[in-house]
Amino acid sequence: MSLIQVTNVHRVYNETDIPVSALKGVNLSINEGEFTAIVGPSGSGKTTLLNIIGGLDSATDGSLEVAGKNITHLATNELIDFRLNNIGFVFQAYNLIPVLTAKENVEFIMLLQGWEKNKREQRAMQLLEEVGLKEKVNSKPSQMSGGQQQRVAVARALASHPKFVLADEPTANLDSASTNNLLDIMVELNQREQMTFVFSTHDQRVIDRARRVITLEDGQIKSDIYK
Amino acid sequence: MFYLRLAWKNIWRNKRRSFITIASILFAVFFAVFMRSMQLGMYAKMIDSVVGSYYGYIQIHSKGYWEEQSLDNTFERSAHLEKEIKTTKDVVSCVPRLEGFALLSFGEQVRGVSLTGIDPNEENNFSSLKNKITKGNYLIQEDKGVLIGEGIAEQLKLKCGDSIALISQGYHAVSAGGKYTIKGIVKLNSSRMNNSTIFMTLGSLQEFYGTGNRISALAINLKEGSNAANVMAAINPKLNVQEYEIMDWTEMLPELVQIIKADSSGGEIMVLILYMVISFGIFGTILMMIAERKYEFGILLSIGMSRLRIITVVLLESIMIALLGVGGGVLFSRPFLYYFNANPITLTGKAADTLRKFGFEPEMPTLLDFSIPLTHGSAVMMISLFLSLYSVFSILKLKPLEASKR
Repeated sequence: MSLIQVTNVHRVYNETDIPVSALKGVNLSINEGEFTAIVGPSGSGKTTLLNIIGGLDSATDGSLEVAGKNITHLATNELIDFRLNNIGFVFQAYNLIPVLTAKENVEFIMLLQGWEKNKREQRAMQLLEEVGLKEKVNSKPSQMSGGQQQRVAVARALASHPKFVLADEPTANLDSASTNNLLDIMVELNQREQMTFVFSTHDQRVIDRARRVITLEDGQIKSDIYK
Repeated sequence: MFYLRLAWKNIWRNKRRSFITIASILFAVFFAVFMRSMQLGMYAKMIDSVVGSYYGYIQIHSKGYWEEQSLDNTFERSAHLEKEIKTTKDVVSCVPRLEGFALLSFGEQVRGVSLTGIDPNEENNFSSLKNKITKGNYLIQEDKGVLIGEGIAEQLKLKCGDSIALISQGYHAVSAGGKYTIKGIVKLNSSRMNNSTIFMTLGSLQEFYGTGNRISALAINLKEGSNAANVMAAINPKLNVQEYEIMDWTEMLPELVQIIKADSSGGEIMVLILYMVISFGIFGTILMMIAERKYEFGILLSIGMSRLRIITVVLLESIMIALLGVGGGVLFSRPFLYYFNANPITLTGKAADTLRKFGFEPEMPTLLDFSIPLTHGSAVMMISLFLSLYSVFSILKLKPLEASKR
């Protein structure tokens, strides 16, 4: 079943005198449970595509349907709400809240959704255990390595039971061991819970583990390979 | 509760910046409160010197007396009226006085003086006149002697035991004259009064002027902190408005009100300058905070935190910083206020002479009235909240994608 349906999406940036087409009529369908990597050289449009799928940017033309809902024309505040309840984000720079502990960071999204305290704490503990950070629950981001912070970010992204997780270059700042560790966790979550992951990446190690690789070039899909 | 905790933790992310902001608010509140307390304390002292220790906060006269201060505008003393006034809420004392003018003759010297007839006991309770005796003794009931101001005594080289002659025009133009022995010399706050006032018992002066049982004023002192307008409103129904006039000290001494107003505006301008300086400081902090955390706000918007929630956290941070600064400033100022209230700064030199000339004591005690820190604390809080609106507008304008680009 199609979870994300991108139909003839164009994105033109008019910020300079010369309009720049970042996406040129992209059509794409991502199903539930997929582990997809969007790859391509710099400027190919992969981050733009990821931003549009995540409701962070809007298409100049075309439509986007996520979990059966057309979000192309949602207002900014509706999009914030939509993101909160449907999408988990993992960023290249982790972007945890620096003053909160690992557990509080994971709880944060659930808190925004209005979960009860007990349930929040229980879920946060469970997720941190799943990503192998049980002993770091009370550590602040500054007390953790990059790999550990990114694992907390994954736990945070999964906390609210999103429909899918969008990860923008999640391994770009990690060493090999941390990268493999993070990928192991994500692959396991994907296989065990059928969680859908969509990555934009340059990292060959991520590409090697992905089960579907979409290659973008000059704002268009050049290849779409299922492994 | 979570947002409160988050805001609290955010404050201490940049400890140095938060400390500097809190300290700047703290010192602004401290200086504003201390400056105004000292200024208002000085005014209170001035009012007390002139009003509390002589004029009284309220006076009752025969209708038209204040416009034309003549013996013909005096009124019959009424024990019933005095009792009614004394039992009015917030009235501490009510004393009868008869006032007039006369020529004083001593040897070959003659000069104009102001005569005040008093009830020695009641007047002492009212203005502590006995404590102002520098030589000789205080008057007793039915005394035939007089107390003279220190200035007159120095100028005419008078001493206790000397006899002076007083000549004047009495009630209904009868001629008034008499010979009186100086019983004591008093040092009054006002140099004008010091150079011109002679006190005698009410009975003596009534006899001198031939006024019978008439008096020119009932001077009323009030409990500290009470409102003269409220007391006047309470006394009014007890008076025959056709016969009496009731005035508070601001009507009797408009020049004192003007002096205070003029001086107070200078203090208010200083406080405004202080507020402006602190406003720029707070605004600078907000600008830096917004610039520093723009990326973070973008990320929070991206992961689904609504603008309203982000604004709530940021406003809570501003409120907490302002509260810490204001609370610290108020607390920090209290010991200084208490100390300088108990040990007022005493002016010396020309400044002291000028104040004495106007009848004021040259002291600057601080006023402990809590409305001062409350006013200035609230003002700084309001400034902080107003300036925080900038962060609100910035967050409202924020686009998650643009903000989350480093």
